[in-house]
Amino acid sequence: MSPLDLLVAAPLAFMIAALLSGPWGRWWLLAAIPVMAGLTVWLLLLPEGSGHVVGGWTLPLGVQLRADGVAQLMVAATAVCAAIVGLYALHEFAPGADRSETAHGFAFWPLFYLLWGGANAGFLTTDLFNLYIALEMVSLAAVAMAAMGSLRAALRYFVIALVGSLAYLLGVALLFSNYATVDLTLLAEMARPDLATKTALAVMTAGLLIKAAVFPLHGWLPPAHAAAPAPASALLSAIVVKVGFVILLRLWFEAFPAIIAPAGLELLGWLGALAVLYGSVQAIRQDTLKALVAYSTVAQIGYLLLAFPLVATAAGTGGAWAGMTIHATAHMLAKAAMFLAAGLMLKAVNGHHLKDLHGLARAMPLTVAAFGLAAVSLMGLPPSAGFLAKFLLLEAAVEQGAVFAAAVLLVGGLLAAVYLFKPLAWAFAGSDTPVVVAKAPLRTAAPLALALLAVSLGFAGQAMVDITAGSPWAGPPATEAEDVQ
Amino acid sequence: MTLAFDLILCLMIIGTAASALLMRNALAAIVFFIVFGNLLGLAWLAMDAVNVAMAEIAIGAGVTGVLLILARQRLMALGDDLVCDEMPGWLRAGALVACAGFAALVGAAVLSVAPSDDLGGPIAALMPSLGIENPVTGVLLAFRAYDTLLETFVLLGALVAVWSLAPGTAWPHPPATLALTEREGHGVAAAFGRLLLPLALVMAAYLVWTGSDLPGGAFQAGTVLAGGLIIAVIGGAVLWPRGDNRLLRVALVLGPAVFLTIGLAGIALGRFLFYPPGFEKALIVAIEYSLALSIGVTLALQLAGPPVTPDHKG
Repeated sequence: MSPLDLLVAAPLAFMIAALLSGPWGRWWLLAAIPVMAGLTVWLLLLPEGSGHVVGGWTLPLGVQLRADGVAQLMVAATAVCAAIVGLYALHEFAPGADRSETAHGFAFWPLFYLLWGGANAGFLTTDLFNLYIALEMVSLAAVAMAAMGSLRAALRYFVIALVGSLAYLLGVALLFSNYATVDLTLLAEMARPDLATKTALAVMTAGLLIKAAVFPLHGWLPPAHAAAPAPASALLSAIVVKVGFVILLRLWFEAFPAIIAPAGLELLGWLGALAVLYGSVQAIRQDTLKALVAYSTVAQIGYLLLAFPLVATAAGTGGAWAGMTIHATAHMLAKAAMFLAAGLMLKAVNGHHLKDLHGLARAMPLTVAAFGLAAVSLMGLPPSAGFLAKFLLLEAAVEQGAVFAAAVLLVGGLLAAVYLFKPLAWAFAGSDTPVVVAKAPLRTAAPLALALLAVSLGFAGQAMVDITAGSPWAGPPATEAEDVQ
Repeated sequence: MTLAFDLILCLMIIGTAASALLMRNALAAIVFFIVFGNLLGLAWLAMDAVNVAMAEIAIGAGVTGVLLILARQRLMALGDDLVCDEMPGWLRAGALVACAGFAALVGAAVLSVAPSDDLGGPIAALMPSLGIENPVTGVLLAFRAYDTLLETFVLLGALVAVWSLAPGTAWPHPPATLALTEREGHGVAAAFGRLLLPLALVMAAYLVWTGSDLPGGAFQAGTVLAGGLIIAVIGGAVLWPRGDNRLLRVALVLGPAVFLTIGLAGIALGRFLFYPPGFEKALIVAIEYSLALSIGVTLALQLAGPPVTPDHKG
């Protein structure tokens, strides 16, 4: 018995239960949360080096599941995000007035569990084809959730995501015909720098850059994430883009570090830097709140890519490696909190624009506080987890003499402060709006809990750094001495 | 197969593909696309990939063809102009160069790989322990059962995604009916639908059973079943069910649920998706029959599209 497969099987069982329960489907969440929390704790407590093949079919044929540091951290963060966002969504995706099903109220819950199960499947497997299916599970749920806001944006997302999927699948097929296996751990031992491998790596990377919305392939993200209902936006920005990122990590640092040229890493680093700058400037230019938060996701994903060359040149784990994975975790929590808070704020003022928020801080202080706390982590201010991540990255950049990366890290933080202070400034402007008591305490508490977690996880810094270095795969192998110099 | 046959097939595939792309009339383009799918199926047959050929003809030509025809019909009902605008020449040339370059790169990469038996050896060595002879079924339902399990949930999720597009007032009414409106066509379609549905059921049951040892299996059987259901709906022999129909929900989740339950039961005996020795074939066939039913219903309803408000004519 192992949590590695149960973490995938349990959400799928809840998906079936939600489909069968009609208007009562949403209440399965109250069973799903303790089950998934238990399984996640079990995953975190697994002894080092845990892993097994599904059904007992050994490699190279079977599918291997494994609990390494990245998987543990991402599965745990996903569980926290999904649980809290789910609680928030209980009200929004509910049956109609006469207890009858509504299309969105019914469809959200099976898709929610599909997304949760798909994300866990993606974090826990080492099989490239299995990763493709995980990617499909997550993308399908994501597109359908985006369509609940804007069909136009969702269709665009759907077509682009399909191109990304096909590109990735083409690469998997090339690798399979070349190596007769699609398992990362075996590929790492056999990798040859031949044309087929390089082509496969290039098309798969391009496909994953689309899925992770990395500049300049980010075009689908802002309209889709800005238009979706708040809980859907939170899941899309927090979890969905991270799945693409984690697969990218597996490809570049686990399967093929031996054949990757430094120029390739530099290119990804440059894309990341441009994403940080472009996403931040676009976020500053937005005058609707959710578009601002969506462009902030484009910028924050940039940091993950900016870290690629730093991780490759650093010796082993720690430093840049921990910074990158902790940044992914911190962004998950903070961005989910921010979208939920933004959803509550916009619903209260019945508008979309920043100027509609005028004086809102007095009317809903807890929600604005949650937005502010999430902003603290996104800007990278101490003591938040976002600060810890950016500090580790900055330290690695300075150590390696990567002046440009260090500059982007600092400027990106400043730009984030500029675009995140704009909505806060509107919310704190004026003092004539009366204080209103929160009508839905659960929905007020949800973003606050996520934001508080994002901020306070900074205190658990050492524990997180330790988790990211967890075996069996503890991050990129320590490079030779000449590279470090 | 002979060289001449292969060459003619290749030329016909390229010809129908080009026709489908260059046709200005949407219906003609769809017809060429369906022919293209069938020829592609023949090409797979010529390469001895019978399972792939069946999937290509059933899904690639059949289901996708019906989907395209329905999409065209609905676009016309909206009054859209179905002839596309002239693209600027430089854009066409640019797209051609980019596609040709990409195709050349991928082609060079594919040809650079030395031909090998891949996993044929290890699979053949493991097949006897399963008690079935079709290696494709062995891969789908045993060695890579985890992949297939997740795929069945993707299919189920796709139907939920289609349903979620229903307008606010439409849920949980049935999708728009496909029944013919003209009187003279209706009689033929009705008789044909009544005849074909039982035939499709028998064919699907046979495809699953034979899939253990010969090409076939749950996915092909499900597609045949979906085809039978759609013809029956066109003929008016069967009506689309409401989205909240209990029986329908059970039919939809039956396959994934049986698969997941057998997978979880394996934990008691060792590990997830572990089949106890001696029961492999029985469990695989049980999974496949329930999957075929669920896949058939799911595919048919995906083709039907989201529910519509009752007085709406689809």
